[in-house]
Amino acid sequence: MTDTERLDLQQRALRVREHIIRMATDGGCFIGASLSCTDLIVYLYSEVLRIAPDRTTDEDRDFFFLSKGHDVPSVYGTLVELGFMDKARLGNHLKTNDSLYWHPNTSIPGIEFHSGSLGHLLSVGIGVALDSRLRKSKNRVFVVLGDGELNEGSIWEGCLVAGAHRLDNLVAIVDRNAFQANMRTEDLIPLEPLEAKFAAFGWAVRRIDGHSFESMESALSEVPFEKGKPNMIIADTVRGKGLPSIEERADRWFVNFTADEVDMLLDELHGINQATLTSEQLYVR
Amino acid sequence: MTYEDLLKQLTEEDDRIVVMTAENRAAIRRLPSMIGDRFIDVGISEMTLIGSAAGMALRGRIPVVHALATFLTMRAFEFIRTDVGIPHLPVKLVGAVPGFLSDGNGPTHQAIEDIALMRGIPGMQVFAPADNDDMLAALPHILRSPHPAYLRFNALPACVSHAPFQPGKAEVLGEGNDVAILTYGFRLREDGIHARVINLRSLVPLDEDAVLTAIAECALTVTVEDHFLTGGLYSILAELLLRHGQRASVLPIALDGRWFKPATLDRVLEFEGFTGAHLYQRISTTMNDGTSHRPVHETVSTLFKTYL
Repeated sequence: MTDTERLDLQQRALRVREHIIRMATDGGCFIGASLSCTDLIVYLYSEVLRIAPDRTTDEDRDFFFLSKGHDVPSVYGTLVELGFMDKARLGNHLKTNDSLYWHPNTSIPGIEFHSGSLGHLLSVGIGVALDSRLRKSKNRVFVVLGDGELNEGSIWEGCLVAGAHRLDNLVAIVDRNAFQANMRTEDLIPLEPLEAKFAAFGWAVRRIDGHSFESMESALSEVPFEKGKPNMIIADTVRGKGLPSIEERADRWFVNFTADEVDMLLDELHGINQATLTSEQLYVR
Repeated sequence: MTYEDLLKQLTEEDDRIVVMTAENRAAIRRLPSMIGDRFIDVGISEMTLIGSAAGMALRGRIPVVHALATFLTMRAFEFIRTDVGIPHLPVKLVGAVPGFLSDGNGPTHQAIEDIALMRGIPGMQVFAPADNDDMLAALPHILRSPHPAYLRFNALPACVSHAPFQPGKAEVLGEGNDVAILTYGFRLREDGIHARVINLRSLVPLDEDAVLTAIAECALTVTVEDHFLTGGLYSILAELLLRHGQRASVLPIALDGRWFKPATLDRVLEFEGFTGAHLYQRISTTMNDGTSHRPVHETVSTLFKTYL
């Protein structure tokens, strides 16, 4: 990766974070989780997935599934930056004249399947991966999972099945921001050692820095990691990444900020001043 | 012909069909060797079965998925509703040993709320054949249809020669205007029938014309189902009558808020009052107690042999 390429990706990710912050008012959004996987989503859509605005239905395209659907503002922002979706649509977030809400749906070009209920899209991805193998096509399937989502039994069921069926065209990426809705994952249902768990289920596992594009490149350029094994990437991230007043704060998972707070957060993102936030967490879970 | 034979034939005729199972192979034991990699077993994991079937359907496949009716419709309910129902994908759900057919298994295996659950999903079609012939007659239609569907698997040998299958149409056996028996999934006999028996074949879509005509012409309507009283045929009938501003004398025969006594099938039917003799007794008592003013013909007793 050249310096220019890295800088381009960083600039793109910064603009996506701006979009996310602007969606965190007038109803709000899951800002913390969206910011943690922003770099991953930007990298996947920019550098990895064989899809493009004019190729969203190609037979040989790669499939991307956001299983932790509440991070969708990062996808909306990325799709705008890459020309899949008109920027004006972001202004329709949570409005009835469009279909941009807190979870993904297929009315948005570049989104293959809806989600919102945790623990679903690994199995849907398995189905697509099975089909690709049946038709001997080159589609690869990428599924982004949350670490809190790993509490769901269906994830482990899917891990067993993908391992048993040797789906090396399937790549799962865990956004390991170490938080679930209300607390740190290790304080509720400890997940570590995660690499060993997935390896024991028959997956080839890599652990990367989920905010380093070089780290992503080093892993994703080597898919499949091992012939006959599904690929698992554990991406260590920071919830709320980019906004010190949000980062690693259990009480800033979902917030509906005021317009003034949004302005302050945009300044904070650009390193001007740290925001003074008074809006409280909406405990929607 | 068996279900397995017909499914093999349909799979060979249509490349889109894949057969999937959560290690429920009773009805499809020979298929792996017959259809090769289009047979996919995900093991005892109903959630992944449904999610991966949705993924397959997303790519244009028609997955025919097999699991015991209870675990299929309940363990995986949210996956059916969310991954199949919301995008309206043509996944075909085949539920084994539904209703009384779970005989000695006990309440864990009694799918007697499956109709209520499946018909609650918008767009989901619900088929409940009376026997093997009835099921095979419907199967090609179910697989070719663009809709998601639930099939109450029933491979009991037929005792009647069925009318040709027509989508959305019930089969009317017998005649008469004293009593109309609405039912699904029960094996029927046809000697000396003087009651009108309506084998609904599918609950969704419902043959509203056949039901409304029967109600208009018969003194008493009976619903017979191996399902909870709530959410099944009796509820469907109540909704239909309300919607059409009609009322009728209705005797519901169903499982009223309880699971049935687990035993061999013949003993279950005897204990739960679902033999022909029991049904005759219950229907004639109702007809003679003033609810209705016309005598019932004794022939009802030979009409309804249920599973016996």
